[in-house]
Amino acid sequence: MTTGQARRAAPPLPAASGRGAALAQRHGAALVLLVVVLLGSLAFGDRFFGLGNLGTIALDGSSLVLIATGMTFVIVSGGIDLSVGSVLALAGVLSAYGSRWGTAGAVLLPLVVCGLIGLVNGLLVGRARLAPFVVTLATLLFARGLAFAVSQEGNQVYIIPGDLVVTRAGQATVLGVGVPVLIALAVFAAGVVALNRTRFGLWVFAVGNGGDAAGLMGLPVTRVKAGVYVLSSLLAGLAGVLIAAQTASGLPTLGEGRELEAIAAVVIGGTLLSGGSGSLGGTLAGVLLLKVIQNLINQVGTLSSYYQQVVGGAFLVLVVLVQAALARRRQL
Amino acid sequence: MDEPVCEVRDISKRFGGVLALDRVSLRLDAGEAHALVGENGAGKSTLIKILTGVHRPDGGTVRHLGRAVSFARPRDAQEAGISTIYQEVNLAPLLSVAHNLFLGREPVNRLGLLDHGRMRREASELLARYGVTVDVRRPLRELGLGIRQMVAVARAVSTRARVVIMDEPTSSLAPREVDLLTSVIDMLREQDIAVLYVTHKLDEVFRVCRRVSVLRDGRLVHTGPVSGTTRIGLVATMLGRPVAEVRRHGVTSFREAHQVRGAEPVLRAEGLVRGHVLNDVSVEVRPGEVVGLAGLLGSGRSETARAVFGADPLDAGTVTVDGRMRRRWNPGAAIRSGVCMVPEDRKADGIVPGLSVRDNITLAALPRLTRAGLVSRGARDRIVETFVRRLGIKVSSPDQKVGELSGGNQQKVLLARMMCLHPKVLILDEPTRGIDVGAKAEIQALIDELAESGLGVLLVSELEEIVEGAGTVLVLRDGTAAGVLRGDEIGEHRIMELIASAAPEKPAHDPAYEPVNEPPDEPSDEPPDEPSYEPAREHGGDLGDGRGDE
Amino acid sequence: MAATSVTGAAMSEALTSGRTARAARLRLPDHGVYLALGALLLFNLLFTANFATVANLRLQLVQVAPVAIVALGMALVIGTEGIDLSVGSTMAIAAALLPLYLGYGPWPAIGVAVLAGAFIGLVNGGLVAYGIQPIIATLGLLVAGRGVALVLADGRLVEIFDPTLAAIGGGQVLGVPVPVLAALGLACAAGFVLRRGAFGRRVVAVGGNRAAAVLAGLPVRRTLITVYVISGLLAAVAGVLTTGRQGASDPSFTGLLIELSAITAVVVGGTPLAGGRVRVLGTLVGALLMQLIIATVIQHDLHDSTARMIQAAIIVAAVHAQRDRSGT
Repeated sequence: MTTGQARRAAPPLPAASGRGAALAQRHGAALVLLVVVLLGSLAFGDRFFGLGNLGTIALDGSSLVLIATGMTFVIVSGGIDLSVGSVLALAGVLSAYGSRWGTAGAVLLPLVVCGLIGLVNGLLVGRARLAPFVVTLATLLFARGLAFAVSQEGNQVYIIPGDLVVTRAGQATVLGVGVPVLIALAVFAAGVVALNRTRFGLWVFAVGNGGDAAGLMGLPVTRVKAGVYVLSSLLAGLAGVLIAAQTASGLPTLGEGRELEAIAAVVIGGTLLSGGSGSLGGTLAGVLLLKVIQNLINQVGTLSSYYQQVVGGAFLVLVVLVQAALARRRQL
Repeated sequence: MDEPVCEVRDISKRFGGVLALDRVSLRLDAGEAHALVGENGAGKSTLIKILTGVHRPDGGTVRHLGRAVSFARPRDAQEAGISTIYQEVNLAPLLSVAHNLFLGREPVNRLGLLDHGRMRREASELLARYGVTVDVRRPLRELGLGIRQMVAVARAVSTRARVVIMDEPTSSLAPREVDLLTSVIDMLREQDIAVLYVTHKLDEVFRVCRRVSVLRDGRLVHTGPVSGTTRIGLVATMLGRPVAEVRRHGVTSFREAHQVRGAEPVLRAEGLVRGHVLNDVSVEVRPGEVVGLAGLLGSGRSETARAVFGADPLDAGTVTVDGRMRRRWNPGAAIRSGVCMVPEDRKADGIVPGLSVRDNITLAALPRLTRAGLVSRGARDRIVETFVRRLGIKVSSPDQKVGELSGGNQQKVLLARMMCLHPKVLILDEPTRGIDVGAKAEIQALIDELAESGLGVLLVSELEEIVEGAGTVLVLRDGTAAGVLRGDEIGEHRIMELIASAAPEKPAHDPAYEPVNEPPDEPSDEPPDEPSYEPAREHGGDLGDGRGDE
Repeated sequence: MAATSVTGAAMSEALTSGRTARAARLRLPDHGVYLALGALLLFNLLFTANFATVANLRLQLVQVAPVAIVALGMALVIGTEGIDLSVGSTMAIAAALLPLYLGYGPWPAIGVAVLAGAFIGLVNGGLVAYGIQPIIATLGLLVAGRGVALVLADGRLVEIFDPTLAAIGGGQVLGVPVPVLAALGLACAAGFVLRRGAFGRRVVAVGGNRAAAVLAGLPVRRTLITVYVISGLLAAVAGVLTTGRQGASDPSFTGLLIELSAITAVVVGGTPLAGGRVRVLGTLVGALLMQLIIATVIQHDLHDSTARMIQAAIIVAAVHAQRDRSGT
């Protein structure tokens, strides 16, 4: 779907404006985040920039951080993963279902199943060379269907016993920070290392450059592609398990549209949908930006929560417009 | 010396019904540079791809370092010590120079993490050995084609290769870089590495190589020492024609000079400027005149052609057609005023592969064939029938998909697309690139015929076609005009002189050699880039099926 | 030269023989969706009680009509190598606008709703023509559009008692429900334009090779904008029909996730996501197939979840079957 963009090597150019534009493209999300947080703090003071509210934002954003981290890998490799929202729901249901076998069941069962779904995605994309959009659209339906099937069409809500390690961990805090937040941050940090400091990460970038170059340079393209989809599904699964642990139950309706939110966060973070270029730092900024804006709209008591969506969508359009304009300036 | 480093015996390869390689045998000895020449479609690419594990042979054996081998993937060949530099530099354009150099064999530290510092250091050292000093952290795509090519060479050579295959390595190099490459090859030879040098440029065969093999129509028709052959003898062998005939008629099917009618140019482009790729280029085309654009790849040939057609936005410059200066110049306007172009990259910019021959031929004529939003079928079918017959396009039916045709027939479809508009000026960008000898001759004859009938032609092509086909030649260098040659002045030697003359000596002008520690914000050090550089695009279709191979 | 002509002949022979072989092999994927629908119908006729009743058939068709209409626009968009995720939200906006303007009469209200759809399409198309990736451009309006619909209606479901709207959504002409007629009429129009019209050629040329279309002098941006406007228009029409049938404007759920159903119908119907080809009949049949899978599963006392998993398998099978050709 990206033939048009990556095709011509961009002529590099008037360095000053070009580099400035590149910088803005790379760190734009973080800058805007800073501005928005500053404005929010000025307007609402501690109601916004207080520990309580920041904790809420962090907890709210933790599952999105996990999903968007996996999505960044997928998008950098030149693909897309629409199935993560459904996989998240499936993981929650399976976690609750598996809790009858204790914490191990509540954690391992969903992760194994989600890993398998990711593997199917990866093999269909990497080996069979099917379009990622359609493949993951199919697994979106499949995972949601399976989640409903396991929960008797949503009639059976499994409860995770509150005395299990997983539930206690999911609801605990360390120094006032929720354990899910800590887990998400740890995973994110590991993701940064994996993407920037390991061979696998470098290969993901190389594969995302498109064409046959990666294969001709001798990289295992199929395995790299399979790897990113497995990673994406696993992280979505982990997010589902954490939500299940927080709520002590698994709901098959969770996570609808979450994949789009993750894609939006990744794109706002400056990662190119055409692949081969992107950063996890940007993704984190993108996630926080989305969550902070939602939170700010909630702070404005007079605005209905519907404005969250209006502002969120308009903001996304604005960001991509600015990015496109910057990219044009770079290419001239 | 007794045992060859690498040897193929009786290799055959078939794509569908086409025999691309027919029992080809070739041996590469340690420390030799071996030239492989042949027309497009002769099977050079297929042979390379078999040696590098992209294709598997249908028959015959490959022996490497004394053992029979069978490579399943490019990785296998690389691990066995066969490195390749592809014609369209097959590297990752968005990754840094250092990453490109070490991709697949990255140095890691004790924790198993990438050692970026070491990568950078070693990359700088490695490139310095090839005379390239460049900030290795920069993305590859920001660098000029020449540098990319040298990075590809450095990458290939640094993998402890025993065999290095170079597929047209100089097509984007400036003369000085070619010298550099020659010395690199000498270096390799001293290390007992075998070099298989695939090229179109016969000068280089004599300059660089000790032995030469010639492929024609999938068969090996000659192999022997370079010293035992002559330039014209090689050409004759490649074409399969007697030496005397080649000497008499030249290499192409162009006839002698055309009569140029009317002194008034039908098309005049003046002061074209576009970013760093075009700097004040002017060109005129008279009715019946074939104007050639010569220069190295990246010198601004295609860019000039595209600019004249309005395909790329210009920073400055005017285009005048029939004495009227045109504003709002874009492909649609150009076509309406009688200026048509057949683009260089057939696959990327030309054909719509999934559409039928009929739809492809009439694509540009759509506005003229449409009444009240509906396409007139009768008029459309007449055009298609006329041009399929006139150009001898081999199709099973007008409904056949263009993607299924051979390169030569695809090119004819594109010519038909523009010819059916009855243009006054036809811009042809590499019209015979990558098509078989027969179709090439037909297209050359057609260009003649069109010019004869009063059409102005702007031709971008290889040197020999320009020399034999054009009546006026504009020589380009680094996006500027290096000179204009007319009539008898036109000759390969003269053109090369112009290209080489005043070749950039000052480093400031040649960004390729910027010092490593230069502050990154220096505006002057940006290289003129090559917009027609297509990463891996051409190879895309070739891996799965052999159609259009070479 | 002799050797050359032999090669040429061999090549053309090879091409033609290869072509017939390919044609035979490709027939199945080309008609796979029709065969699948036929098999499913046969199965239902044999094993499903009360399947072949007029009431049941009518119900199935009415339910699939909005999806089919949206999918037609989606097929055009996908034909240009694009995608339109905002169709569901466009339906919701159309639904939310209806009660606001019913005071001026049903037709002006419908007109406003449809114009709003066209406007959303214009924004989408403008963004895409400017060079923004279609997924992202239309994702923005998917999110924002639903919000706008909810803001317009203040998040409430509004019951509508308008006879005209009720007739449009629930009426019948000669026993055929109006939404079904609308879907068929629109499909015929789309098929005609694609087959005979210059616009249809432009759509597939832009999708097949955008750079080539630009260099052939085609108005590429105008074509892109037009397909998104059509998609927005059709989504708004689907929103009006749905609202009329429900007798209520429901901004929260009208068109929710319909973009996925529409994309599925288009892809299963044989239009490749890579663009360059549009299958109108295939799209209709694809939509019907997906609808009937749900109906069949439910009528056999299985669950909705089973239907989704079967649909997933069919999607993968469909793209896998199309894979060879899209590669050429």
